[in-house]
Amino acid sequence: MTRVGVLGLQGGVREHLQMLRGLGAEAVPVRTPEDLTGPDGVRVDAMVLPGGESSVIDRLLHLTGLFAPLQQALLAGLPALGTCAGLIELSKEVRNPAPGQQSLGVLGVEVDRNAFGPQIASRVATIDTEWGPVRGALIRAPQIMRVYPGSEPVARDAGVLLGARTGRVIGISFHPELTGDDTVHRAFLSSIF
Amino acid sequence: MTSESQHSSSPSTPADDATLVKTGLADMLKGGVIMDVVTAEQAKIAQDAGAVAVMALERVPADIRAEGGVARMSDPGLIDSIIEAVSIPVMAKARIGHFVEAQVLQSLGVDYIDESEVLSPADYSHHIDKRGFTVPFVCGATNLGEALRRIAEGAAMIRSKGEAGTGDVSEATKHIRTISEEISRLHGLAETHPEELYAAAKELGAPLGLVEQTARAGHLPVVLFTAGGIATPADAAMMMQLGADGVFVGSGIFKSGNPAKRAAAIVAATNSYDDPDTIARVSRGLGEAMVGINVADLPAPHHLAERGW
Repeated sequence: MTRVGVLGLQGGVREHLQMLRGLGAEAVPVRTPEDLTGPDGVRVDAMVLPGGESSVIDRLLHLTGLFAPLQQALLAGLPALGTCAGLIELSKEVRNPAPGQQSLGVLGVEVDRNAFGPQIASRVATIDTEWGPVRGALIRAPQIMRVYPGSEPVARDAGVLLGARTGRVIGISFHPELTGDDTVHRAFLSSIF
Repeated sequence: MTSESQHSSSPSTPADDATLVKTGLADMLKGGVIMDVVTAEQAKIAQDAGAVAVMALERVPADIRAEGGVARMSDPGLIDSIIEAVSIPVMAKARIGHFVEAQVLQSLGVDYIDESEVLSPADYSHHIDKRGFTVPFVCGATNLGEALRRIAEGAAMIRSKGEAGTGDVSEATKHIRTISEEISRLHGLAETHPEELYAAAKELGAPLGLVEQTARAGHLPVVLFTAGGIATPADAAMMMQLGADGVFVGSGIFKSGNPAKRAAAIVAATNSYDDPDTIARVSRGLGEAMVGINVADLPAPHHLAERGW
């Protein structure tokens, strides 16, 4: 069975665990370096980075000591899916970071945090993705401003880039785990092996 | 079930979508600490310490208690300056029932409104009808019936009330335990005696649909945070172990000796709530905690948690 870790520091962790389990994967929260790596190496086949407050998730990644081993595993080819704040954390460049905010730098994009404005601009949309139309919630969502060479767009809405891939790392601005649309998770799981 | 059949069996409506983005933001705050701030400077300190959102208000509850008088929505200029100062979500308080304060806060672009008993109520019969607003609301509750009534009115997030401005965590403990126990009881009924849920709804004073939904799920239909009297990292961790999705800290931070350090410690303890070694480590040398008032010594008219119905 595919074992997927869900970064469990803050935010919409439960929703991803439920959706992955619903698709038959073994989904486990990853909250410490020991959850991620054991004596035999990385203990999960893939990682999901959920939405939440990106500056807080970044801070907690450093506080728990997870930042370096997670970055190392991703650079070594561990597949990953990030939604919203997870996209920001995976990105190479973050526009409008909170003071001191870093990112893992494994997804070749520049993202703009809170690109659409305050909560009253949040909405649910049917987003055009390479896996077909996906119902997703855009909640104080980031926008992809630039995709670097070697990476490719995977989702957009009315010309605005909302998803990209670098190798086996995917980041999307929206939350399919909140609408119950499992298209992206299904495609991600089938791409792991 | 395929995603196609999920779509066809439950097509989403614009009203469902509006609710989803309101409850969705609360989902993204889970595991976090929301901090009361009264200036842009404090908001930056809170953000740097790892707050998941800040609550803009004119006076922290401890000062409202000390100074008395009518407590109202903050000056819009102050709220603007706080929105300008930070990139994390900004919440602001409106008085219970004061729907025009809520309209003003929505027009200012705050991310969440707290219809709060910490301010002086504007209506002793009616809470704000929150369904018509685009901005989401969080409301306080001391028990399950109160929580479900607020959700029926459109609240997208609930915080157990505790007793704000005291630094005494006992009421927060009582309220989160009460809500959890009442949900457990309903969950049991849903399995063994679903026909008794009608009477349960009557006793709770809450709509049957929400009672049934809560009973089936075994948790509230929205995120549940805890508030009121949380002053230390251990207080915050205890609320998380009691099942809260996150915590609000009001006077506990900026009424203490070293706000930045205490705020960061409470964030760390909320995250590592089940790891006593970490809680011990971050609790060292935090300086003075807020002085505090024992709830038992408060004269009854000063119990803020009794505001709201």
